[in-house]
Amino acid sequence: MDWSQSLRLIAPEETLSVAGLILLLVAAWAGDKAARAISIAAVAALVAAMALVAPALCNGAMGPETAAFGGQMRADAFASFAKLLIYGSAAVALVVAPSFFDRVRAMRAEYPVLVLFAAVGTGMMVSAGDFLTLYIGLEMNSLASYVLAAFLRSDDRSAEAGLKYFVLGALASGILLFGISLTYGFTGTTSFAGVHAALGGGLNTGMVFGIVFVLAGIAFKIAAVPFHMWTPDVYEGAPTPVTLFFATAPKVGAMGMLMRVAIVAFGSAAGAWQQIVIFAAVASIVIGALGAIGQRNIKRLLAYSSINNVGFILIGLAIATPQGSAAMLTYLAIYVAMTVGSFVVVLALRDHNGAPVEDLADMAGLSTTNRLLAWVMLVLMFSLAGVPPMFGFWGKFVVFQAAVDAGFMPLATIGIAASVIGAFYYLKVVKVMFFDEPAGKVGRESELVHSALLIGTSLFLSPLGYLLTKWLGGLTGHAAAALYHFA
Amino acid sequence: MIQVIAFYLFATLCIAAGALTILARNPVHSVLWLIVAFFNAAGLMVLVGAEFIAMLLVIVYVGAVAVLFLFVVMMLDIDFAELRAGFIRNFPLGFALALVLLMELVLGIGAYRAGALKLGTPDGTAAPLAGANNIEAIGALLYSRYLFLFEAAGLVLLVAMIGAIVLTHRQRSDVRGQNIAKQNARRPDEATHNVKPEVGKGVSL
Repeated sequence: MDWSQSLRLIAPEETLSVAGLILLLVAAWAGDKAARAISIAAVAALVAAMALVAPALCNGAMGPETAAFGGQMRADAFASFAKLLIYGSAAVALVVAPSFFDRVRAMRAEYPVLVLFAAVGTGMMVSAGDFLTLYIGLEMNSLASYVLAAFLRSDDRSAEAGLKYFVLGALASGILLFGISLTYGFTGTTSFAGVHAALGGGLNTGMVFGIVFVLAGIAFKIAAVPFHMWTPDVYEGAPTPVTLFFATAPKVGAMGMLMRVAIVAFGSAAGAWQQIVIFAAVASIVIGALGAIGQRNIKRLLAYSSINNVGFILIGLAIATPQGSAAMLTYLAIYVAMTVGSFVVVLALRDHNGAPVEDLADMAGLSTTNRLLAWVMLVLMFSLAGVPPMFGFWGKFVVFQAAVDAGFMPLATIGIAASVIGAFYYLKVVKVMFFDEPAGKVGRESELVHSALLIGTSLFLSPLGYLLTKWLGGLTGHAAAALYHFA
Repeated sequence: MIQVIAFYLFATLCIAAGALTILARNPVHSVLWLIVAFFNAAGLMVLVGAEFIAMLLVIVYVGAVAVLFLFVVMMLDIDFAELRAGFIRNFPLGFALALVLLMELVLGIGAYRAGALKLGTPDGTAAPLAGANNIEAIGALLYSRYLFLFEAAGLVLLVAMIGAIVLTHRQRSDVRGQNIAKQNARRPDEATHNVKPEVGKGVSL
């Protein structure tokens, strides 16, 4: 094992960890007054880390030269793609936070530090080449997330969200760890490559139990049905910038980790997990769509929408082909843009006193009171529903195309049929905004940061996004090739 | 010979301390007996050559877990009469649970005797060092092959620490802290002053 090469390969993690430690010291001495400056420095660190991971993606890095510490970490194109999404959404969660927390005087210097460490952990999850790395990354991300969910101490709902997330997250970690220990016991190794080789030699009951428990633990983290119950409560209760973070970075991290575990570690026993993933995909699509219909709170609605989207992404995994994985990554990139946009809209929805508006009924007639917000939300909702001119359609299209090409016709059919159910509540939001009597609750003031993010995401999701399909397809192709390149 | 004596000494004390843990009337005494049991279990671990686990038992279980138990037991206001009444009431349930556990134990031992599970063969990346005791072997792995994960686990603990502080620490305005500089700067002539109260007027403080 070459130390200097290993340390070079984990440069993004080192950058973020060192930045986190230094900013923690700054936070300890300068206190909460410096929270904004620390946030800016943390965003700079995340951008630097993105610059460090980008070359590996553009070069399509794969193979032994990307393995750090004897294969415990993999800095290949797949990890780089996921890390770009993770660090980017963590940076957005930092940028939008100060104005939200300042209103209740709750902006504290530890917020950016915790987000940085959560980003390090999430990055480790997608780079993991060993179950130990995976678990440590997951815990780093989870511990920071539990605290972030309960960050608004004056709000009971935030404390409830933190506690709920902690108890259920600890249970899921336990299930995952149990699965890892069974897998280790029956294969004799924790490295993904070793598990792949061991499972290729024949499957026994103990190994199947290990696979099932590992997948159940990860399904909790990505909020796939039947492990989705916590999502609406946590998304509703957590402060909105934190919800934005939860719906993007850890979701991408857990999805990347699931792809790596399913395809690299358990890839030689695909038959053992495909049924589980197919069930989780279909159930998530249907329950996500049905559950969202009755929601009155926009954050709860978006939580169900994320469950629904996870189902579509899982279709790409169920077919277990490089094309499916590339489609998943395309969908993930578009999903992150849609989620960031939707939650920035939620952040920008304020009443005349500046208090957050979360009730769907209060958004009535938004098109007359706040035109920009209403039109951006229209683009986002059409995109989430997968209505063709918007870029959100492209994500669903590539996933279904991959499913059809791999011969999973019934799965694709169910997915398309269920996306029609999902379209109902997305269009309901549009109807409330454009055709209902104005409720006059939402104020007019807007912030530069919000407007910039909204315009950026809606341009990406508008039909202009189709100009990027070739570029995005190339990058996801590199990433999927790296994922399928064992050794 | 000395090992046999040590084994029986530790084993007897361990079982006796375990029995006293559940028989002691005072819960604080129970926790103290539990600590004795942990120490004897650590002694047994040393005898079988697992000195790392012995150290973990003493450091983690005695040093942290048992002390935490002790704090909790001392802080809780436990009504012993009610506890005993609950014991009688819940006896059937407890007995049923004990029976289930006994059956599991019998089944487990039966399964073990029927032949071991076919587990995977270790891949040898974490093979023990020849001629080193297990603390050295663990250290050699932890600080070489698993160094990255060891450092990352350190970061996880740091995050947990930050989290605990973020969630519980707050600046309170209603407490009066000690200001040492102010105390040191106080001079005798500022601290005392002579008054000459007139008769029937009282003093102002």
